[in-house]
Amino acid sequence: MDYATQLAMALPEVLLGTGALFLMLVAAWGGQGSTRAISWVSVLLLIGATIALAGPASAGGVAFGGLYHADMFAAVSKALIFISAAIAILIAPRFFEQTSGDDLRPEYPVLILLAAAGMGMMVSAGDLLTLYVGLELNSLASYVLASSMRRDTRSAEAGLKYFVLGALASGILLYGISLVYGFTGTTLFGGISDAYAAAVGQPRNLGLMFGLVFVFAGLAFKISAVPFHMWTPDVYEGAPTPVTAFFASAPKVAAVALSVRVAIEAMGPAIHDWRQIVIFASLASIFFGAVAAARQTSIKRLLAYSSINNVGFALVGLGAGTEAGVASVLYYMAIYIVMTLGSFLVVLQMRDENGEPVETIASLAGMSRTRPGLAVALAIFMFSLAGIPPLLGFFAKLSVFVAAVNAGLYPFAVAAVVGSVVGAYYYLKVIKTMYFDAPAPKFPGRITFVEGALLTLTAAAISPLGWVLLPALGFWTEAAARSLF
Amino acid sequence: MNGLPILSIMLAIPAVAMVLCLFAGKEAARWIALGATLLDFALGIVLWSQFQTGPGAPQWQFTEHHLLFGQKDGISFSWALGIDGFALMLIELSVFLMPICILASWRAIEDRVPEYMAAFLGTELLMIGTFAAQDLFLFYVFFEGGLIPMYLIIGIWGGANRIYASYKFFLYTLLGSVLMLIAMFYMALTAHTSSIPDLMAFDFPPHIQTWLWLAFFASFAVKMPMWPVHTWLPDAHVQAPTAGSVILAGVLLKLGGYGFLRFSLPMFPEASAQLVWLVFGLSAVAVVYTSLVALVQSDMKKLIAYSSVAHMAIVTIGLFAFNRQGIEGAMIVMLSHGLVSGALFLCVGVIYDRLHTREIDRYGGLAINMPRYALLFMLFTMASVGLPGTSGFVGEFLSLMGTYQISTWFAALCTTGIILGAAYMLYLYRRVVFGDLTKDDVRAMPDLELREILCLAPIAAVVLWMGVYPESFMKPMREDVGRLLARIERATPASDSQPTPGHPVAPALEGAAQAHGEAH
Repeated sequence: MDYATQLAMALPEVLLGTGALFLMLVAAWGGQGSTRAISWVSVLLLIGATIALAGPASAGGVAFGGLYHADMFAAVSKALIFISAAIAILIAPRFFEQTSGDDLRPEYPVLILLAAAGMGMMVSAGDLLTLYVGLELNSLASYVLASSMRRDTRSAEAGLKYFVLGALASGILLYGISLVYGFTGTTLFGGISDAYAAAVGQPRNLGLMFGLVFVFAGLAFKISAVPFHMWTPDVYEGAPTPVTAFFASAPKVAAVALSVRVAIEAMGPAIHDWRQIVIFASLASIFFGAVAAARQTSIKRLLAYSSINNVGFALVGLGAGTEAGVASVLYYMAIYIVMTLGSFLVVLQMRDENGEPVETIASLAGMSRTRPGLAVALAIFMFSLAGIPPLLGFFAKLSVFVAAVNAGLYPFAVAAVVGSVVGAYYYLKVIKTMYFDAPAPKFPGRITFVEGALLTLTAAAISPLGWVLLPALGFWTEAAARSLF
Repeated sequence: MNGLPILSIMLAIPAVAMVLCLFAGKEAARWIALGATLLDFALGIVLWSQFQTGPGAPQWQFTEHHLLFGQKDGISFSWALGIDGFALMLIELSVFLMPICILASWRAIEDRVPEYMAAFLGTELLMIGTFAAQDLFLFYVFFEGGLIPMYLIIGIWGGANRIYASYKFFLYTLLGSVLMLIAMFYMALTAHTSSIPDLMAFDFPPHIQTWLWLAFFASFAVKMPMWPVHTWLPDAHVQAPTAGSVILAGVLLKLGGYGFLRFSLPMFPEASAQLVWLVFGLSAVAVVYTSLVALVQSDMKKLIAYSSVAHMAIVTIGLFAFNRQGIEGAMIVMLSHGLVSGALFLCVGVIYDRLHTREIDRYGGLAINMPRYALLFMLFTMASVGLPGTSGFVGEFLSLMGTYQISTWFAALCTTGIILGAAYMLYLYRRVVFGDLTKDDVRAMPDLELREILCLAPIAAVVLWMGVYPESFMKPMREDVGRLLARIERATPASDSQPTPGHPVAPALEGAAQAHGEAH
């Protein structure tokens, strides 16, 4: 295979990578004044990369000697990642403009582009090394993004915390990778899979076992599954809200998709070993996320615990380990990012009369009277996150539970479903505050056109109107899952 | 029948009106809601008049089917609607009560009227959808979706302790339902269909049936509500606004009974027979216990709420009696209770609007200054007690007669509920309406106005109609009861009230009798 064909398969990452480097130069010369132009070009680049997925990037097969997989699974994940990254750029300007911490720097969109390129590599990884390089490219950009509000100590703290704990997780992951390499003799997923297949039925190989456990522990940190979740609430709370919205969407999808690929492609034959880990992490995330969220007073921390809780549900599909299970994971994540981005769009509107952001749940009190439109939108997202029909969040949960039941994991499905009731409590708390409590001071200001349009779109997509999208979503996620098996 | 998707239209009208209400002003929202519910009521009448009855009529009528997504032979989600006699009667009940609810809250609700009306229209949409759904998952969507508007109605327009009540209502019913969802997955995957009519003909292995039955029971028992998971009901009722209580008691409680009738019995006949002791036991406790609790209530709405639990227990024993009288009786109790308890809540609402208290002791002697009110309240009290000539009698009598054929003991226990029911209802009536008019604020209360009479009189008429000529209401259901019985008769539990077979007559005696005959 010649080099041009292989590059064509990696076209989205090539576009994003070169674009980011070029825009970095523009930023260096153009300075603060170029922010707006760079933001729009970045959005265009992300849209371009999404369109490029239609080409060889989704059907090319294996490139660079097995390092890179250009299949449908990668393409569907990337579409979700690129779109949410573009939204993260679109919602940033007004937040930084009104908040006293810092202005929006031209580096912000560039860093998001780099992170998106890294995430693209992650979900296309066919080798432990591509996996690690992609992961780090994404993580390093994210650490900087978390602390991009430079005069705000909470933002700096979030960045530092994220960095230290992220480095620890990378260490754990690398240790696992080295063990896997040591005992299988290869870093290619295909080879690792053969080695695990050969070990089935043999006396237990502790090296392979430990490698698997460490790799999963490292990945669990990246998807913030319990018990490796402790960074999430602090980072989500401290980071500027548009960055938090970004963390809750694109990197989540990338890390979950990566975990799915490692679990199925590299360690598929060892399903009985990793399934225990996934089931434990899933149930622990569902219950811990639900219980811990109930006591939160900050909406951003609440959404952080909600993201932990939701990752637990996505892992229900992975726990099934079947083709339908993989499809349901993507299905879940697709609906989840719409709900979470929508929720953060509402959080972005929460400001006091000086324009400073407010984050307490109490400040939402009586919003149904002061800002009825926002209240309806947030209520839709909250009911949907709680999994109440006829909203789309219900269908997301439906798909993962069906996969688990189909795989015969009844106790697991029942436990997860009970967890969803526990979780419903704190979503209800938000709705109760908005609708039942006496009004707090109104959030002044009007929503901008871009944010208003995005909010309307996301709310409409989650409402029963979104039913029309479900057949297409089902089709693409199934096609994606098929490419892994 | 003539190709018009009448059920979809009945669902679309409240949906459109709901959106319109949200953008309308106070007064406009009231009229839109009233217009939409009346329109749905008119369509409901068309539905009833077009519904074919008799032996030759198809079981499922007005059917519509559009596959939304998924495979036809597995987990799928279709817009599949269609009704049989049971669903028809319950839809009639919903569309009949809805305009009354809107009228009842015409002036009682002044706060956030557009949202209130939208929530009510949403409830109507979801209730009709639940009864008309023919796809397992579509049913679940409607069934669970009802939580959202009811949660908001209780939480926003409720009384002092509304937040607690709304949480309790939501989480209780959600927990009950999610287990049912898992059971639904299993059923759809095993039977390769999610169509309810197909599943009603599918035979699940008996040992699996037990688990599925229990999962469905968890949901329906909470909705019903059966003792001991009934505790959300008094809280929700007391805190909900009058119209909210009417809908809660009138229609939402029927979802549980409808579920037993549509799912538990025809889909899991063996399990139903095997666990009949559980249903009977819980129902008997409910009848006796909640009736006693109702006797000591000092809050009118709480009293009626507890009486609802007792009446619903009569429904469950009737349903699980496995015979025609039991099932028909249970359906009539459901319809009758929907009308009567709804009317009783309206009666409470009438005096609550005047005095703003539900304490029974604050009233007394209303017969003197509110004679029209006293008359209507009397009628509904008697219907609740089960006086012959009212709808309550027909249902309770049939239901208990059906039960007697299966279990004399439980029938005897549950019949005490009728006596206790008379006790607490008459005691309530005596304290509120009779006695001396001693309190000044009570003396100042005006009698019923036109709007209130318009709410109560139609219900009174139907209660009497159902009591005097129940055939109109039983006719659409007759064939469906027959089909249900044909489906479950293989599992009918042994009865303890069969006549004991007599000792075989000795041949010698027979011979003697013959000889005796010849001698003549």
